[in-house]
Amino acid sequence: MNMTEHHPISAPDFMPVNELRATQLSRLQRTVQQAYDHVPLFHRRLDERGLKPADVRSLEDVRRLPFTVKADLRDTYPYGLFAAPMKEIVRLHASSGTTGKPIVVAYTQDDIRVWTETIMRSLVSCGLHAGDIVQNAYGYGLFTGGLGAHYGAEALGATVIPISGGNTERQLMVMKDFGVTAICCTPSYFLHLIDQSQQMGVDLKKLPLRAGVFGAEPWTENMRERIEAQSNIKAYDIYGLTEIIGPGVGIECAHQAGLHIFEDHFLAEIIDPETLEPLPIGSEGELVLTTLSKQAMPMIRYRTRDITAFYTEPCACGRSIRRIRRIGRRSDDMLIIRGINVFPSQIEAGLLRIEGTLPHYQIVLTREKDLDQMEVQVEVTPEVFSDEVRGLEELRKKIVRSIETITGIRVALRLVEPHTIQRSEGKAKRVIDKRNM
Amino acid sequence: MKIHQLSVFLENKPGQLRTACEVLAKARINLVTLSLADTVQFGILRLVIEDWQKAKTVLETAGCVVKVTEVLAIEVADQPGGLAQILEIVDHAGLNIEYMYAFTEKRGGKAALVFRFENADTAEQALKANGINMLGDVELFRRA
Repeated sequence: MNMTEHHPISAPDFMPVNELRATQLSRLQRTVQQAYDHVPLFHRRLDERGLKPADVRSLEDVRRLPFTVKADLRDTYPYGLFAAPMKEIVRLHASSGTTGKPIVVAYTQDDIRVWTETIMRSLVSCGLHAGDIVQNAYGYGLFTGGLGAHYGAEALGATVIPISGGNTERQLMVMKDFGVTAICCTPSYFLHLIDQSQQMGVDLKKLPLRAGVFGAEPWTENMRERIEAQSNIKAYDIYGLTEIIGPGVGIECAHQAGLHIFEDHFLAEIIDPETLEPLPIGSEGELVLTTLSKQAMPMIRYRTRDITAFYTEPCACGRSIRRIRRIGRRSDDMLIIRGINVFPSQIEAGLLRIEGTLPHYQIVLTREKDLDQMEVQVEVTPEVFSDEVRGLEELRKKIVRSIETITGIRVALRLVEPHTIQRSEGKAKRVIDKRNM
Repeated sequence: MKIHQLSVFLENKPGQLRTACEVLAKARINLVTLSLADTVQFGILRLVIEDWQKAKTVLETAGCVVKVTEVLAIEVADQPGGLAQILEIVDHAGLNIEYMYAFTEKRGGKAALVFRFENADTAEQALKANGINMLGDVELFRRA
């Protein structure tokens, strides 16, 4: 197999732009019609605006359509936004809600086909091909990660190991003994695997493992550098969300410079999260996605809460589908500490500026005498440990200063022993909010 | 003669010291001497151990952060002014002591102190030039 040529499934990635836009428009029109005909909430919202599906004549007309937000999925729980009859729905997934009921999403057979296709295109973009041995450590079950990656990798002709999440020692044993060449999991879990491998005396650099497809949580460029340096693999960012389809909405390519959105299936806009107005190409704002192929549950202008921006330059890989910047933060994981907006990613960036500090940290929020207190707990590593009290105090001050430079607030910093912060088997729990609000 | 000291990071909370000591006990590793520096938040346990390489491995396997530092074990006359004499030499040589602690038992009828200097090599030379005896592994661990 000629590795420089892409799998035929990736052809739409390279579609001429005018053809791509034409495809998007016809699919948008079909989706809007379908949602109008079958989803009462959407029908009512269009009526309220005095709009008909036929008013969508150009791609820009998407801006006239109403937004969909997460609360809409909760309010219509469980099946209220389905646009296909149950006999055509072959799969349900759900995302765990932090409060109350989960949100439920549906797939027809054709939706599964599209999803499988976007995962295949994602894996191809990460340099995977038939013959790869893929350890799928995303959780299998209601979470979209496990089955999503599974179907795509299998369709590509890779050998899938459906190990699911957890049981780190077994993960490492399988990785070593089965000759795994690629892994799918959350980046924080892979960091945990690196940690454990060192304790178990397994040298990841000596294994055939060469690629990681990491997603389901925001991560930073520094984290990628650490992962790649410590395991000698290429770490790729995959983007997706349950409400839209699951993983496989966007993916990095060999150039690791932004995530290509599969625009033939998802229409992306960047809006100002305050004014809700579309922003010019290149400006940072909230990503809004409209599904163009989904049958069971079309999503019109879904507000992802993810903050990003379009790249203005075409990618060196030759894909015509546009790229967005990696998601560093979400507009709703923002913490408000004494009136100052703080994102966990800023804390991480502050920590990573200090040489040798691994991003094993946790933010604990408390409220004392009506004042928000933010404590950052950081695990001490051999690289930064000093045998002198003064040395450790200086480290503490250095980290506090570094975080203050980025966030503008002084945090209480606590150095803790290694492995005392709970490792995630899935998404990292970075923030413990003990404030009673 | 420089000797190796292990330093272990401890959080300042009940039971942390015991955990580290139990790890060593299980591996049948004997401590020659130790000192504990502590702040409100954390502590640093410093250990002098004959088989420091094994102790380091055992502690690290148990998840501890361990650092090896070169320190000097200095023989001090067990009489008034014994330590003062050493400190005078240290002062004159312009050496910077980061910290120090004592061995729990005498060595050949003399007291011994562990000194952590900013620069162990310079300190060793200065002390040697002034006729101060420093204990190496052989003398330190023979007694036991």
